[in-house]
Amino acid sequence: MRFEKRTPQLRLKLEGWRSRVVLGLVALGFAVLGGRAFYLQGMNTGFLQAKGEARYGRVLEMPASRGQVRDRNGQPLAISTAVESIYASPEDVEVDDKKLARLADTLGVETGELRQKFANKDRQFVFLKRQISPEQAVRVMELGVPGVFQQREYRRYYPAGEVMAHVVGFTGIDDNGQEGIELAQQKRLAGVPGSRKVIKDRKGRIVEDVGSLRAPKDGEAITLSIDQRLQFLAHKELKAAVEANRAKGGSIVILDAKSGEVLALVNQPDYNPNNRSAVTGKQTRNRSVTDVYEPGSTMKPFTVAEALETGVVKPTTLINTGAGSMTLAGWTINDTHANGTLTVAQVIQKSSNIGTAKIQLQMPPERMGTFYKELGFGSVPSTGFPGEAKGLMRPWNTWKPIEMATMSYGHGIGVSVLQMARAYTIFTNEGQLLPLSLVKRDNQPVGRPLVSRETASQVTAMMELAVMPGGTAPRAQVPGYRVAGKTGTAHKPENGGYAEHKYVSSFVGFGPVSNPRFIVAVMIDEPGLAKYYGGDVGAPVFSSVMGSALRMLSVPPDAPGTMNVKVDPSPALTPAKGVEG
Amino acid sequence: MARVNFLLLAVLVACAIGMIAAQHHARRAFIALESEQATAKKLAEEYTQLQLEQGTWGTHKRVEAVASKSLGMKLPDAASTTVITVQK
Repeated sequence: MRFEKRTPQLRLKLEGWRSRVVLGLVALGFAVLGGRAFYLQGMNTGFLQAKGEARYGRVLEMPASRGQVRDRNGQPLAISTAVESIYASPEDVEVDDKKLARLADTLGVETGELRQKFANKDRQFVFLKRQISPEQAVRVMELGVPGVFQQREYRRYYPAGEVMAHVVGFTGIDDNGQEGIELAQQKRLAGVPGSRKVIKDRKGRIVEDVGSLRAPKDGEAITLSIDQRLQFLAHKELKAAVEANRAKGGSIVILDAKSGEVLALVNQPDYNPNNRSAVTGKQTRNRSVTDVYEPGSTMKPFTVAEALETGVVKPTTLINTGAGSMTLAGWTINDTHANGTLTVAQVIQKSSNIGTAKIQLQMPPERMGTFYKELGFGSVPSTGFPGEAKGLMRPWNTWKPIEMATMSYGHGIGVSVLQMARAYTIFTNEGQLLPLSLVKRDNQPVGRPLVSRETASQVTAMMELAVMPGGTAPRAQVPGYRVAGKTGTAHKPENGGYAEHKYVSSFVGFGPVSNPRFIVAVMIDEPGLAKYYGGDVGAPVFSSVMGSALRMLSVPPDAPGTMNVKVDPSPALTPAKGVEG
Repeated sequence: MARVNFLLLAVLVACAIGMIAAQHHARRAFIALESEQATAKKLAEEYTQLQLEQGTWGTHKRVEAVASKSLGMKLPDAASTTVITVQK
């Protein structure tokens, strides 16, 4: 008050417009701020949110595991298990020389290599070492190098090793199937990795899920038709047989006689799928599926079956096989023995080439050609296995009589072991040919009737004679069970002719005859010892595989009386010269 | 009028604090969920490793080797097998 009195200027009133101007400016200021806020929050929000998220949001890869492969009883045959991969984000790496050396040492890589990887600051991601054990990864992470991270990956392991190698196959480093089922079922086994977006806090914990970009999908498990016990048994017996006979290789296929499922499929030589550093193509080849051989006399039952079916012969019809040698269009067909006059049943029992050739020649080529084709020879067995062989069979309308004759005893025709085993399903399944399957079946497949039930049982009876004393393969007998089968011995084709001392020795049979459970096909490639006949090489393998398989799966013996019979270790027939056995 | 305003202000502040608390709880719960999921995954992986181990130890090859070498066992042959028929 005193000032007012002394200074009259203070008594002056401010003019009203000045305060309004200030108010106006303040209001304008607020309006600008409001506008800016609206611009940012309302119009640009999407862009800004994205920018913000980019600063604290992370896209995480979510690995999907590859499906397991299991045997028919659920035993795992191929498992993917976690391993760690170490990677770095070079721009975040802070490391001195001492630490670098320790890191390189723990990882088991060269220091120079690491330095080079860290120097490339443009890259956000570089693998330092892939697929190391979780324990090793822990040691690496304990070094605490900033910018070095670990990532879960999956590696494939095969617990059954070489026993299952040819069936299951293996995958490459990128988890893609390379061989076997792993390749054939790649689509179903492979998982689809997903990814999701998250917000991480400063401690690296995930605090918010911004949304799943793609959910990961684990691969399906595949249950094979293989029974691991039978597979192991077949593998063991085959390996022993190949070694004992100094053979080049061999295969065994066991089929379920009623469902056409492949219960075991083994080959020699084999390999360990868990350590493939020195594996060659010779080892990885699944011979029983991809390789073709001349089956020899194991073809004979088909000629006889078709002849019975057509009515050309009866089991008791007499065939004159003479002195063991027959000439046809300048070619000679030999038997191992002079058998004289034989019944059709004895032709199978003694495995007479002349006998089957004569029966075969009584039938029109079209009939035989169609029958072979229907049996699956010359076409892929469609198990879905990669590289299945079609076999070699020329069209019937180009056959010359001599070719037709040789085909009856399995020369001039090429089949795979798997095809041969499958063709025998007509004898175990009342004349019906079954489709094969490598994957476990849920229900009984529909067979294709090729011969009558009566024909099938008549030929079975002949093949049962073949494994008895007086037949070509008494060593194929199984104590306690009735079995039936046929031997085969063929010269190996070489340079357009036949190699004199190279043979393929085989045996295909089934049992128990009263109600067949298994078909076992044995093929031994180039047995290197003096004995090379199917009855000496293939039959004993058949006997031990079949016997153990039947006992293992508790199949009741259908000939308990022979339980204590020792199988004669020496064959009844010791053929001297010729092709067949 | 002023009283109502103060009351609304108080409510607003309370709501704001409540929201912060809720978000905090949500994050904690989420972290807990994450860690449980990580545990589940870890256990699943351990399970596959155990399956693998069991598969490897239990291969027929190894079982037979142990049975015949360390335990001196052998497969019975047909001659030493007796078949018992169960009457039903």
